[in-house]
Formats: sequence, C-alpha cells, structure tokens
Amino acid sequence: MNKRLTMTMLLASALAMSACAKKAPQILPPDPGGTPGQSSSSGGDSSAPVPGSQADFAAQMMGQDTILFDTDRYNIDATDQTALAAQAQWLQRYPAKRVTIEGHADERGTREYNLALGERRANAAKNYLISLGIDAGRLTTVSHGKEKPVALGSDEASWAQNRRAVTVTID
Amino acid sequence: MKKLIPVLLAAAFPASALLAQQAAPVPAPTSTEVEEDVVGTLDNDAKIAIPAFATPSDVPTQTSAGSTSTLGFSVANVIFADLKNNGLFKPTGPSSLPRPALGQVQAPDYGGWRGRGADMLIQGYVRAEPGGNITVGCYLYDVALGEQRAKAGWTVAPGEWRRAAHKCADMVYSQLSGENPFFDSRIAYIAETGPKNRRLKRLAIMDSDGQNHRYLTTGQTTALTPRYAPDYKSILYLSYFNGQPRIYIYDLATDRQRLLVESKNPLFAPRWSPDGRWILYSMAIGGNTDIYKMPSGGGAPVKLTDAPGIDIGGSFSPDGRRIVFESDRSGSQQVYVMNADGTGQKRISFFGGRAATPEWSPRGDQIAFTHIAGNFRIAVMDPAGGNLRYLTDSWQDEAPTWAPNGRVIQFFRTARNSGKTAVWQVDLTGRNERKLETPVDGSDPAWGPLRP
Repeated sequence: MNKRLTMTMLLASALAMSACAKKAPQILPPDPGGTPGQSSSSGGDSSAPVPGSQADFAAQMMGQDTILFDTDRYNIDATDQTALAAQAQWLQRYPAKRVTIEGHADERGTREYNLALGERRANAAKNYLISLGIDAGRLTTVSHGKEKPVALGSDEASWAQNRRAVTVTID
Repeated sequence: MKKLIPVLLAAAFPASALLAQQAAPVPAPTSTEVEEDVVGTLDNDAKIAIPAFATPSDVPTQTSAGSTSTLGFSVANVIFADLKNNGLFKPTGPSSLPRPALGQVQAPDYGGWRGRGADMLIQGYVRAEPGGNITVGCYLYDVALGEQRAKAGWTVAPGEWRRAAHKCADMVYSQLSGENPFFDSRIAYIAETGPKNRRLKRLAIMDSDGQNHRYLTTGQTTALTPRYAPDYKSILYLSYFNGQPRIYIYDLATDRQRLLVESKNPLFAPRWSPDGRWILYSMAIGGNTDIYKMPSGGGAPVKLTDAPGIDIGGSFSPDGRRIVFESDRSGSQQVYVMNADGTGQKRISFFGGRAATPEWSPRGDQIAFTHIAGNFRIAVMDPAGGNLRYLTDSWQDEAPTWAPNGRVIQFFRTARNSGKTAVWQVDLTGRNERKLETPVDGSDPAWGPLRP
C-alpha cells in the first residue's frame, strides 16, 4: 500500500515537471522503478565468483541458465530438461536462493501475444523445476515478450536464440 | 478541458450578407453498397484551394502562431496538411496562393479561382476576441458551381487553435466524402528510442496530425499498448513498473496513475468499451491467459474465456454487445467473436496463417487485424470472417487502430534487422499509405474517438 502511494506521488511529481514546462524537456527524471533482469550484475571480482551468487550461478550453468523453444512452442525438450536439472542442482545447493525465470519470444509475433507466450514459456520452465523438487515459493516468472531480444538479427538463427527462458537468481 | 465553442458566423459580418448565402444542401453519398463505397467516394481528386485565412485586424494573439495574420496562414496550413495527408484530395496550400481580403471571404472571386484550376475553395477568417480567445470562421465553396457548400465557426482558447483548423478540415472532408469527420481526434502511442536490445518505450500522446506531442512517462520503465479512454480523460496501458507487467490507468487531468487491478499475476492488453463503462484485460495464471471484463468505475471482474492456452486482447463492437478477440486454442493465433458476457465463442478467421490483434471498426462493418503468413500485413474482414482484404504489404505491420470514422487505420511497422518502428496510416482503399511524423520511433498507436 505504502509502496503504491509512493510510486503514485513520485510519478506524479516527475510528470508534473514535464507538464509544467511549455516545451517538454528532453531529459526527464528517472522513474522510481528498477529495471527487471538487472540482478545479474556480477560482483566485479575477476577471480572466482562468490558461491551462491548470480555470478556463481551463471559460471556454473555455462549457458544452461537459458533454455530455448521452437516457434510458438513452450514444451520442455530433452536439452531443456538437462539444463533445468543443472539449475535445480544448484538451487538445491543454495536453498535460501530465489530465482526469476524470464520468458521471451522472438520478434516474429504480435506484441501482446508474445507477452502471453513468454509468460507461458517461463511457467513451463518453472513447473519443470517444481517437478524436480524446487519449492514453488522460490520461483517467480516474468515475461518480456519480444521486447528484449538477445540476438539482434532478423533471421532464423537469431529468432531461435530469442525464444528463450532465462533463469536469474535474486541476490 | 477547454471546450470548443461553435459560433454563429453572423457575428463577423452584416447579417444581410450572411442571409444572402444559404448553404447548399449536402449531396448524399452516391453509392449504396459498402464495397463500392470504400473505393468510390474515397477516391476524390477534387482540387481544393486553401488560401491563408483573412483577419479583420492584424493583432497579437496568445497562440503559438503569432498575430491573427500569421495565425490565419497557419490555420489554412493545418487544413491543407490534413486534407493532403489524407490522400483523397489535391489541395493547394496558403504558401502558393494569394490571401483573400476579408470582404472576399464571403464573396469569393470565383472567376479568379476558376482561372487557377480550383474545383473547391476553403476560405475563412481569424479574429482575436477581447478575452484572448480566437474565433475561426470556415467556408467551403464549390468554385465550378459558384456557390457556398458549407460554413461553420468556432471560438477556442489560444492553445487550442489547431482544433479549430481540424474542425474546418473535418467539415470539408465530411462535405466532400460523405463520411464522418475524424481529424479532431488524438492518438496515444509508444515512443521508442535506443538500440534493439535496450529500447526505451515511453507512453506519449499527440493530435491526429502528430502535433501537440507530449511524453507521459520517462522510459525508465517500459510502457506498452496504451488505449485512450473514450472521454479522453485517462489512458490504460501496460507498464513494467516494479518489474512486472501490470495495467495502469493514467489520469490526464492530474498526471497521476494507479494500478487497474492488484494482482500477483501478469496483466496485459487493456481495452475500453466504446461507452467507457467497461474495461477488458487479459491475465495469465500459471501460463494460461484469459480475458476478463470489469466495470471501469471499479467492481468485480468477470472471466470471459476459459480455454486452455492464450486468449488475449478483445475489441467491442460499436453497440457493445459483442467482442472480437484472439485465441490460440486451435493451435495458432486466430480471431474469435463472442457475446459481451463471454457466451457464444466462435472462430471467424479461416485464411491460413495466423490472425491476430483484431479491432472492431467504429462503424461496425469491418474488423481490422494482423494477418501473419510469412509477412505481417494489416487486413480487414467483415464480422462474419468474410471478404478478407489486405491493406498493407510489408515485412512486419501489426496492431491496427481505427480512426473515429472507421475509414482510416493506423498501425505500426517494424523494420527488418534494425527493429526500428514507425506509426503508419492507411485508408480502406489500401492506396493511401503514409508514415506519421513523430519525434522518435513509434509503435502501438491507439486512436481516440472524435473529441467531445
């Protein structure tokens, strides 16, 4: 409740500034909200990452923090199962750790449908982790639809990389 | 909100002069059948002369356009741009025409305009009122017949002078096309900047011609899929504030916003009913997305769909009795229609490929949607799913939104590889297509109704 009130006030004041000025300023004060998916910042230590950190998770997973999907699909195939098993192992080693699974779609879909599709993919990964014994309370999902591609081309190879669910620890 | 006040034009001139000029009856639209109508009346190549508007006395104004004399030029220029960009007419603007004297506004030099090859003539005047308001008089003449077709006038606050110009353009458009007006309307959209993988997406609003542009959010939080309330008092949109996609309602009078629905689940695709009494939204629970309806004043939501899979979006028919929406229950995105209470769900798109983002025309006769078969194209069909017609042909066009009169559609086009987006506009012939000039890239246009 409090948080919501603060948000409303901050947004309102930021926007009031833009509304008062005759010509809208080009640089507006930042929104109070954080950007999702930024919890992946590394510790800045070039040596071995702190055990149980996001950097440790990323290093241990060696790419298996991400699973890929076929066009319009959200099923967990054998490769995904291996990756999710590795994630589950890590999560069992650090039982205090929670993760967010970020679901994504490639650019060849309409915006709203892709938001729902990304959510469905993130949930498929989440449900598989639950089936491996990870407590549902440690797992949250967020869909970014097609809004945050990792591969920037407009070709099959890029789209294949972008149809993904990425597990990110919450430090 | 400032009201736009229609004025009797008699105030500007002696009553006798006005009485002498009864407006000619408006010719009825010529065609009877819809398909003919689309191609027929909209293909009007009338040559319209739009000289600068006259003024009784050149005095300073509080408008952005300067004195009444320069304002008279600017008003004519806005009308010129509206009619030209619409693609239906061949207007000539004030830059290349002599400005009539005030006395000629109601007594056109028909011979002179015939000599310039004009079929139609728009003249008018701009007058500063004592309180600072501006009165704009607008007259349409048929040059060939040598008679007046229509006239109207409006008194507006200085900051609203463009509305008077749009009203004049609307009057002319309606007279010459037989269609309802649409220029005096606004658009909410998403302004985009930055590289493809780190794109800033801000909520923004503008007039139908791209002017009076304003950003409503800063871009620190991704904003998507706005929808103007039918009364223009608020905007529904999706924001990632706090990291999760939720629907917010942005109050334009106070610049405050609040969550539409408190929920642990992600919410997408907000929509208004045409009368503003209902809101549709889509919510995902455990990966399964369904469409819900709630009273816009608050109250319990009702779940309208129950199919496994993704049911999303939704657009009311103009009478509010039916809803067209998108579902992948058949295995791929297709367009369905249901009653407004969720009963009678029925697929209507059977074209091959996928059919997405349906939007019901304000006239009720067509549904615009995105057809995906290789490329993404804007298309229309009738509400039974017949008479598919493509309006665009590009790599990726999506998310159509209707002009208030149901004759023009905006959508957004994404460029291959760069991912740059732009708002485009096309009429129902599919021939008059153009890119809207926005300060930065744009997507998700949402056209509001004719302004109250």
